Amino acid sequence: MSGEGAVKSQLILRPEFDRVPVDASSVGEVVRPLSWLQRLMDNALFRRGAILAALALIWQLYALWLHNSLLFPTLTDTIGVMVHDFADGTLLQRTEASLEVLLMGYAAGVALAAVLTTLAVSTRLGDDILSTLTAIFNPLPAIALLPLALIWFGLGTPSLIFVLVHGVLWAIALNTSSGFRSVPETLRMSGRNYGLSGVRYVVTILMPAAFPSILTGLKIGWAFAWRTLIAAELVFGVSSRSGGLGWYIFEAREELNTSSVFAGLLTVIIIGLLVESVLFRAIEARTVEKWGMQR
Amino acid sequence: MAQADQLVLEARGVTLQYKTPQHLVTATYRVDLEVFEGDRFVILGPSGCGKSTLLKAIGGFMAPIEGDIFLRGRKVVKPGPDRMMVFQEFEQLMPWKTALGNVLFPMHATGRFKGKEARERALSVLSKVGLSKFANSYPHMLSGGMKMRVAIARAMAMEPDILLMDEPFAALDALTRRRMQEDLLELWDQLRFTVLFVTHSIEEAILVGSRILVLSPHPGRVRAELNSSYVHGQPVDDASFGLLSKRIHKLVFEGETEAAKPGVHA
Repeated sequence: MSGEGAVKSQLILRPEFDRVPVDASSVGEVVRPLSWLQRLMDNALFRRGAILAALALIWQLYALWLHNSLLFPTLTDTIGVMVHDFADGTLLQRTEASLEVLLMGYAAGVALAAVLTTLAVSTRLGDDILSTLTAIFNPLPAIALLPLALIWFGLGTPSLIFVLVHGVLWAIALNTSSGFRSVPETLRMSGRNYGLSGVRYVVTILMPAAFPSILTGLKIGWAFAWRTLIAAELVFGVSSRSGGLGWYIFEAREELNTSSVFAGLLTVIIIGLLVESVLFRAIEARTVEKWGMQR
Repeated sequence: MAQADQLVLEARGVTLQYKTPQHLVTATYRVDLEVFEGDRFVILGPSGCGKSTLLKAIGGFMAPIEGDIFLRGRKVVKPGPDRMMVFQEFEQLMPWKTALGNVLFPMHATGRFKGKEARERALSVLSKVGLSKFANSYPHMLSGGMKMRVAIARAMAMEPDILLMDEPFAALDALTRRRMQEDLLELWDQLRFTVLFVTHSIEEAILVGSRILVLSPHPGRVRAELNSSYVHGQPVDDASFGLLSKRIHKLVFEGETEAAKPGVHA
């Protein structure tokens, strides 16, 4: 270390010692509980709720300042319309109609993704097929397929489900197969060591091991499904039975009823938030977080 | 001379090759070995001698391009729970299952043990490796040594014909490794299972093994097979330990300069 040619440094000899550790009782409790404020700030739900409250406040103040309910109604007006329309059943009906189609399309998309990715991990051909299909269809906006769906399936739920499946399937398949690929080799070998193969191997080893990615895929798929559905409803309006939230927003715009447009949008946002922060959060807490696969 | 019906595992002229994107690598060349009941059989060699590849082939994960592997007289063609593997990586445990769940998993997956019997077996094996208190903990809550114990318990609970261990303690810190080696021996004293143990550590080979197969590097060929059980129970600084260690050291490193010459190897 000290420059070349210098005298080699000598070890500095010190006496050895061996003693009883100093008394640490003055520290008090070694493990001390956090104060309620610290615990509150560590609560993600609280922090996010605070952000939501701040956003709501900004909305309200800006709308009050703008004072133009045709362009930007206040939050309180919007909530008023929402409560009213939920109470008289129109908004509730629209929401139900949307959710029903949404869940059907989502479930079909998830099921198809499960089949495709299982095939993809089982054979090389299946893998090639899935990656090619994903590369072709993933960048294609679901809504762009709507004209085609209308020609094939007519005006109604089947068309909506067709575009929904398209919107959901590729995002989930892509995430799931990338999750499968990142399953550690050792874990795969452990599974095969027990003689597992085929669907059992996928279900008992690969799926739980790739669950963080699968969950991400499910979340993205859910968001895509919402977007696609609302957009599709906006484009072709009422379906055979009753319109959904998209139709509600469309109607309100026709009548220049901006508060209702906002009420419709807010409903979409609230359902999205609930699914994300309640349903998916609960799944995360019970799975990937409990298993230490995700913080 | 050992009896034929005590022969658990036999490899005859096993040559193994695997492909990397650029090369076809010959990992082992015409390796013979025989493992008898109750053996603590160690495969020792420098890195790149194909010892892990050989273990994979015995596990049934790859087929030899020449030669055959027999387990209790039956040819090995695919992986199976009669050869339970313990790997070096902690990832071998399923993070979504508790310690108990991990031990139960192969029992249920193979249908070999069921219901209450499986549970009792699993708990008893967990207590043998000293993890009774942690049966309901998830792997991410356990230390490295404990995870390895779970992996060993999981393999042991299946009562395989042979336990295959691929450098199982290599990822542990030195103190924990020593502790695990001693515990493995203690467990063997109790249960007398047959184990095939791969390592690159001469010290570990002598400590753990009763018989040591030394492989030469690039490609792995049989160099020697030594008895080491007489050292068993001797302290590490005992003369017999040192002598055997020196002898193996010579066997392992004699080709060093010669093998280093070609130089080109990934």
